[in-house]
Amino acid sequence: MTYIAKPKFHHPGLPKNELGYTHRDYEGKISTLCAGCGHDSITASIIEACYELSIEPHRVAKISGIGCSSKTPDYFLGNSHGFNSVHGRMPSVLTGANLANRDLIYLGVSGDGDSASIGFGQFAHSIRRGVNMTYIVENNGVYGLTKGQFSATADRGSKSKKGVMNTDNAIDLVAIALQLGASYVARSFSGDKTQLVPLIAAAIRHKGAAFIDVVSPCIAFNNHAGSTKSFDYVREHNDAVNRLDVLTGRDPITVDYAPGTVQMVEQHDGTRLALRKIDADYDANDRLAAMTFLQKHAAKGQVVTGLLYVDPDAEDLHAHLDTVETPLNSLEAKDLCPGSVALEKINASLR
Amino acid sequence: MSVQSPISSVNDFVVRFANVNGSGSASANELFARSILRHGVPVSPRNIFPSNIQGLPTWYEVRVTEDGHLGARGGVDLMVAMNPQTWDKDVASIEPGGYLFYDSTKPMPTSKFRADITVIGVPLTAITNSTYTDPRQRQLFKNIIYLGALCALLDMDPKLVEQLIGEQYKGKEKLLSSNVHALHLGRDWALQNLKCPIGLHVKKSDKVGDRIFMEGNSAAALGAVYGGATVCAWYPITPSSSVAEAFTSHCKKLRHDPETGKARYAIVQGEDELASIGIVIGASWNGARAFTATSGPGISLMTEFIGLSYFAEIPAVIMNIQRAGPSTGMPTRTQQCDIIACAYASHGDTKHVLLFPEDPAEAFEFAAQSFDLADRLQTMIFLMLDLDIGMNHRLCRPLKWDDARQYDRGKVMTAQMLDEPGRDFGRYLDVDGDGIPYRTYPGTHPTKGSFFTRGTSRDRYARYSEEGAIYADNMQRLVRKFETAQDMVPRPLQANAAKPTKYGVIYFGSTAPAMDEAIGLLEARGHQLDRMRIRAFPFHSSVASFIADHDFVYVVEQNRDGQLRQLIVNENGIDPVRLVPILHYDGTPITARFIANAIGDHQDHLKVTPLRKAVS
Repeated sequence: MTYIAKPKFHHPGLPKNELGYTHRDYEGKISTLCAGCGHDSITASIIEACYELSIEPHRVAKISGIGCSSKTPDYFLGNSHGFNSVHGRMPSVLTGANLANRDLIYLGVSGDGDSASIGFGQFAHSIRRGVNMTYIVENNGVYGLTKGQFSATADRGSKSKKGVMNTDNAIDLVAIALQLGASYVARSFSGDKTQLVPLIAAAIRHKGAAFIDVVSPCIAFNNHAGSTKSFDYVREHNDAVNRLDVLTGRDPITVDYAPGTVQMVEQHDGTRLALRKIDADYDANDRLAAMTFLQKHAAKGQVVTGLLYVDPDAEDLHAHLDTVETPLNSLEAKDLCPGSVALEKINASLR
Repeated sequence: MSVQSPISSVNDFVVRFANVNGSGSASANELFARSILRHGVPVSPRNIFPSNIQGLPTWYEVRVTEDGHLGARGGVDLMVAMNPQTWDKDVASIEPGGYLFYDSTKPMPTSKFRADITVIGVPLTAITNSTYTDPRQRQLFKNIIYLGALCALLDMDPKLVEQLIGEQYKGKEKLLSSNVHALHLGRDWALQNLKCPIGLHVKKSDKVGDRIFMEGNSAAALGAVYGGATVCAWYPITPSSSVAEAFTSHCKKLRHDPETGKARYAIVQGEDELASIGIVIGASWNGARAFTATSGPGISLMTEFIGLSYFAEIPAVIMNIQRAGPSTGMPTRTQQCDIIACAYASHGDTKHVLLFPEDPAEAFEFAAQSFDLADRLQTMIFLMLDLDIGMNHRLCRPLKWDDARQYDRGKVMTAQMLDEPGRDFGRYLDVDGDGIPYRTYPGTHPTKGSFFTRGTSRDRYARYSEEGAIYADNMQRLVRKFETAQDMVPRPLQANAAKPTKYGVIYFGSTAPAMDEAIGLLEARGHQLDRMRIRAFPFHSSVASFIADHDFVYVVEQNRDGQLRQLIVNENGIDPVRLVPILHYDGTPITARFIANAIGDHQDHLKVTPLRKAVS
């Protein structure tokens, strides 16, 4: 319960990251979600990724919409500002925040109802603008807070807890994100933290629109037989194409990769992404191939996971708008106001 | 039928151009208006245009007014009838004794004219066709040729028109000389073939002074530049699109880093109004000054976010360029019809600050001020323009800026402040008793000052709470904040009648010039009125005392339901009987004649003639 103060007690032996922060410095309030909720595992993965990257906890802005998933930013990075905005409108709020201060890290947390239904348009447009962000959808295929209605990512033929069959086609947000030009696209499973943590870390270090679809079973309304978003179903049908190791600038490559089994990608900030191939033919730099691969495997009922696409040379919205390096929110009157002399000239031109 | 003598007037008449949309007439017509200004004679032009790109009728009306009456007058003294589609209606709208100017290339049956007007035929098509071969040139220069003919007919100084053409086509010699040539073609033909001048003249004067000629939308956009707005998100909608377009062009000239050439602003065309206001709110939450410009339908779409801005206390600015509603209404016609919609926008108990500029100069000032108000009050500020101010060039006082002026960023707690011993930061804690709490920008301090912004109820420390008392405490503080706003927003301006009177009039926004002129007309009918121009909501206490000081007060506005009147009644607990609505809402700008007639008739009824006197 959020009104219960979480104990601040730190075990003196807790390991610290490069900045001297412990795990606890990246935590937030106690979750109010159901015990066993997939979303809490994603929260833990976000904490882990931020800890490993040694991010200053207050330099992240957490922005969400409305729904179970959108509550989670209260449960991690307690020293960061969070914004639980309006249903389906996280992308626009995040875009505005990003425009105001390009120096923070923007973490958008949303759900399948939030991003695939009411906010489908905002999802699409923030991706196509190339907003520098990590956009995570905690995807469970149902509306949890309103008690189990299908969402737009529910597969056709999937059964609700009440036994109703979904007859509408599903929206695959990963496929849409690829089509719209997202420069980092991944899918993972809340039950596979070892896969998820590096995917989040690399997305945070990516400059551009990074999108991660995390299948996150709803323990209360969508974890039964006949559902295609249950723990069991996703475990059985998970088809991981690769495994990711995120190597920050200073680290030497300590892992020995067998030749031909790894794809190395270097991002803008020097972060190297080592992609251990599970599917030998999968190329994470090929957008078109990724789209075809996804479609083929989806047709077979498989849930393709891993880093599906990355463009390490992507540009973001600030580059498109050619904005100054100084965050716009720290410009002052002397930088912004043209003054009375310029105004006199304007007056003269209007006579 | 009595013989109607032609209207004779110097520097006081109305010319209306009837054109086809997309025929290139707009720039020639604007040139006409500017030329008269260069004679030192005030003009007030208005675009009357359809929601269409090409082909439908469009009109441009120029009121020439030595006395400086900038409201619409009504009636037409000289009709430049260039559109066969609207001929009959255009001819019918000419005042008795007025003039009709038309293209006489093709003969017209006499039944198409009126006996009580002066008809002036110029074979425009014949002249253009014998001079130009290119169809586009024929079209464009035809407009300049009729301008030339008008120059002769109205006794205008051609040098002044040439000078304006010279400024317009500076550096484009070929265009310049061909335009000047076309001008003289029309003027010479008129001088040789017609009786020039007609009864309407333009005579040089000195009534323009240092005033500028500007559109309200451009002025509001410039106010945003001066007020420090760095983020603009918008979605195209008439009549507001030119705000964002003007902001873009002002920023290109005024807002690039001199060293790197990079932009000190970000402008995003949103995918809809929801995204636009979302971007504005995200940017403002993060400490930038941000705004959007829209019109009625956009306001409807934005209302959920407007409620968030109110309740989560996030500064934001919306410029609402009002048009005739409801629904799609009349997208290219003017009204003041979103007063209630904006004052109480969004579900639940909400109230918002509205500013009502009267002209471009005030649009500039209020736009700049709106960012200070938004930051200081941490809430949504509406700048309420309308199509009449926004999309027409209006003569107004020059724009002014005091270089000593600093931006008021409101109560923002810095890292240094957070580290002060004993400092208690609660995002919704009313430390000063004015209802305004402190906020922090994201990323301020490693361990202090962060909070979770939400549209749900929360306590003074921004912690989620559904406790009734905590909710009510917060809602009461928001009322307190709104009371604080009352003394921060622009105050009403009051002007007393020449003689003491029991009657008053309240008006606002674009009604101002018509109202000022109507006062004179009413005085001539023997009616004295004290007047008050309201410039903002929440209403200053002087509004209630103004009403209390008069037997009753007329409230003049451009909507059907008397929305400002409703707001005054509702917010000040005024007896509705004491406020007499004077309503104009056909989509055309309100005129002095309309106001004077409506108020005058009402006043006449009050003057009860004693029975004995009446029968004798």
